[in-house]
Amino acid sequence: MEKEEAELFVPRLVTTEENFASGHRACIGCGEALAVRHVCKALGKNVIIVNATGCIEIISSLLPQTSWCVPWIHTLFENVAAVVSGIESAYKARVRKGKITPAKEVKFVGFAGDGGTSDIGIQALSGAMERGHNFLYCCFDNEAYMNTGIQRSSSTPYGAWTTTAPVGKKSIGQMTWKKNMPEIAVAHKIPYVATACPSYPFDLMDKVKRGVEIEGPAYVHILSPCPTGWRCQPNLSIEIGRLAVETGVFPLYEVINGEYRLSIDLPELKPVKEYMKKQGRFRHLTEDVIEKIQARVEAEYLELKEKAGVK
Amino acid sequence: MKKVKIEGLEGSFAVAEAVRMANADVIAAYPITPQTHIVERLSEMVADGELDAEFICVESEHSAMSACVGASAAGARVFTCTAGQGLELMHEVLYIPSSMRLPVVAVIANRALSAPLSVWCDHSDVMAIRDIGWIQMFAENNQQAFDLTLCAYRVAEDKEVLFPAMVHLDGFYLSHVIEDMVLPDEEEVAGFIPEYEHPFVLDPDRPVSMGCYGPPFIYPETKKAQEVAFANTRPKIVETWKEFGDTFGRYYSPVEKYKMEDARIAMLTMGSCGETAMLAVDEMREEGEDVGLIRLRLWRPFPFKEFREAVKDVELLVVLDRAISFGMGGPVCSEVKSALYDQRKKPYIVGFIGGLGGRDIPIEGFKYMVSRALEKVKAIERGEEIEAEMIGIRE
Repeated sequence: MEKEEAELFVPRLVTTEENFASGHRACIGCGEALAVRHVCKALGKNVIIVNATGCIEIISSLLPQTSWCVPWIHTLFENVAAVVSGIESAYKARVRKGKITPAKEVKFVGFAGDGGTSDIGIQALSGAMERGHNFLYCCFDNEAYMNTGIQRSSSTPYGAWTTTAPVGKKSIGQMTWKKNMPEIAVAHKIPYVATACPSYPFDLMDKVKRGVEIEGPAYVHILSPCPTGWRCQPNLSIEIGRLAVETGVFPLYEVINGEYRLSIDLPELKPVKEYMKKQGRFRHLTEDVIEKIQARVEAEYLELKEKAGVK
Repeated sequence: MKKVKIEGLEGSFAVAEAVRMANADVIAAYPITPQTHIVERLSEMVADGELDAEFICVESEHSAMSACVGASAAGARVFTCTAGQGLELMHEVLYIPSSMRLPVVAVIANRALSAPLSVWCDHSDVMAIRDIGWIQMFAENNQQAFDLTLCAYRVAEDKEVLFPAMVHLDGFYLSHVIEDMVLPDEEEVAGFIPEYEHPFVLDPDRPVSMGCYGPPFIYPETKKAQEVAFANTRPKIVETWKEFGDTFGRYYSPVEKYKMEDARIAMLTMGSCGETAMLAVDEMREEGEDVGLIRLRLWRPFPFKEFREAVKDVELLVVLDRAISFGMGGPVCSEVKSALYDQRKKPYIVGFIGGLGGRDIPIEGFKYMVSRALEKVKAIERGEEIEAEMIGIRE
C-alpha cells in the first residue's frame, strides 16, 4: 500500500486512538512495543491490564510517567495470571454483591514475555487456565530474556546465540528446541488459543478481539522481533516477522474450542535460511545445522496442517 | 453489648467465622498444615451460601498472595491464610501489598520450617518475614484469633492506614484446639467494619498505573514515604483496639502486662505460650519471686514506647524465642535488646530458645528460665559472656 492509500484506508480499518502512548523507552525497531500498541487498539478502553516484569513494564512505566491510558498494574515477574485471577474474581464478587455496576463488561488481560510465560510464570498461567477464569493472556515472545541482556529462555530457538547460550568450541548456542507454549495452552482445553505477529497487524488485532470476547481463558502467543537481541537491523523487524511466518518457523493459526485453523495457508514454505541469514544470532550456524532446523520446521508445519485438516 | 453467643470453636473455625462476619469478597488460598481447617471451613461457607465470596483454589501460596493483591487492587475485601513453608513461598509477594498500600488480611498458623520436615508450631516462619511492612499481631487464644482478625480488617482498610495486616495464631496450639468463645452480634460486627473503599482501584472509568518502575532518582523517596506511613499506623492500631473494646468488651494493647506492677523480673513471650507463662508466674509469685509477664501483642510496627514503658522498672528481662537466627541467637531477644540499647536505665536481658517444631514448654520450663537467668546475671556481673540457651533439649 502506498503512503497516500494507507492514510486513506487504515483509519477506516482500525481506531486511531492510542491506549499505549508513544514516548516510551523501547529500543528502535522494537517489535514487542509495536505488538503491544496493536493489542491495546484491539482491546479498547474497557480493560484492565496486568503486566509482568520485563521489557514492556520497564519501558512504559518509569516513575513518575506512564504510557498506559487504561488501568494497568505490575507487581512481579511470575505471577501475572494469578493477579489477573484475583482481579477477575474481585469484579465477579463485587458485581454480584451489588458493590459496583460497571457500564460495560470489563475485560481482564495479562501481558508477559516469553520468560514470564514459558519459564517462571508457567505455573501461575497453568493454574489460571485450569480454573477457567475469564481472561486473555498475551505472551510477547522475543525468544530470550531481552530486558536483562539477551539470556536464553525455554522459548529461544535451537541454534540461536544468547549471552547464556554462547557460541563456543563445544556449543552452537541454544542446544534445545523452542518450547511449544501455544500447544501447552491447547492442552489445557481452553476455548481459544492463537499465534500472531505484529508483521500481520490486522490478523493480530482480530485474534485479540476474538480472544477477549470468548468466555473463559484465551491465550495469544505473539512473536515479537527484537533487533537488539536478534542482532539485526532495526528497520527489518517487520520483514523478519513476515519471514518467520513465510518459512514456517512461526506459523500463524488459531485453535477455537479445540479446532485448528491456519490463518495463512502457505502452499510453499520459503527456506528457513532466508529468515536466519538476516539475524546475527544465527550467523555462526553451519549448513548441516540449518538443514536440521529446516527438517524440523517442515515436519512441525506438516503436523500442524494435518491438525487443521489442510492437505 | 447486644446479643452474644457462646460456642466451643476450634481456632481455625473462629478465624473462618471472623472472615464470614467481615463479609470478605475474595478468598485465595492453598492448603497447608496446620492452616487447612481455615480454608476448609471457608470453602464450606462459600459452598453453602453462608458467605458470598469468590473462593480461588490457587495452585500455590505465591499465587494465593498474588491473587489477593489483584483482588485488593480491584477494590475487593480479601483474605488468605497459610503457614510455615507456604509463608516462605509467599515471601516475594508479601512486599507488594505493603509497598502498594493494599489492605490484604492474612492469618498465619505458625509452623516450623524444613529441614527436617515439621508441621508443628514455632515462629521460624514469622521471623523470616519480619521486614515485609505488614501490621503483624499475635493471638494467644481462639477468642483473640477471632477478635484480632476483625481488628485486622478494620485497621488495614482505614484510609489513614491502608497497609496489609497479618494475625498470627500458633499452629495446632490454637488452630486445632476447641475453646469456648464469645461470638458477637453480626450487625455489630458490620458496624465495626465499614464498607471497604480504596481511594485508587483498577477501574476503566478512572485509569491508574500501579506498580511502576522506580529508578534511583525516586525509589528512596517511595520507601521513606512508606516507612513514615507505616510508623503512623501505631496510634491507629491502638485506637482500633480501644474502639473494639468499647464495642465488644475485650480490650487489647500492643504490649500486655501480667502481674507487672511490682515485678523485679519480667518474662517476655509471643503467642499461645503466654497462657502457660501466666500459670508459671502465678506459681513463682506464690513461691515469693517478684515475677511478671509481658506479652507482645503487636509485633509490627514494633511498639517501642509501650515496650520501654513496660520494662522501665524491671531489673531482669527473660526473653523466650520460638525461633533461631542461626549464628545470632533468638531474633525477638535481639530486637528487644536493640529497642532498649539507647535507654539510660535498662534491665539485664537473658534470652532462651525453646518450643521449636512443636516441642511443648511446660510450666517448669518457664520457672527454669527464670532461675537460669538469675544465674546468668551473676555471670554477666563477673564479666563473662553469655549466649542464648536452648531449653528442653535432650543432650
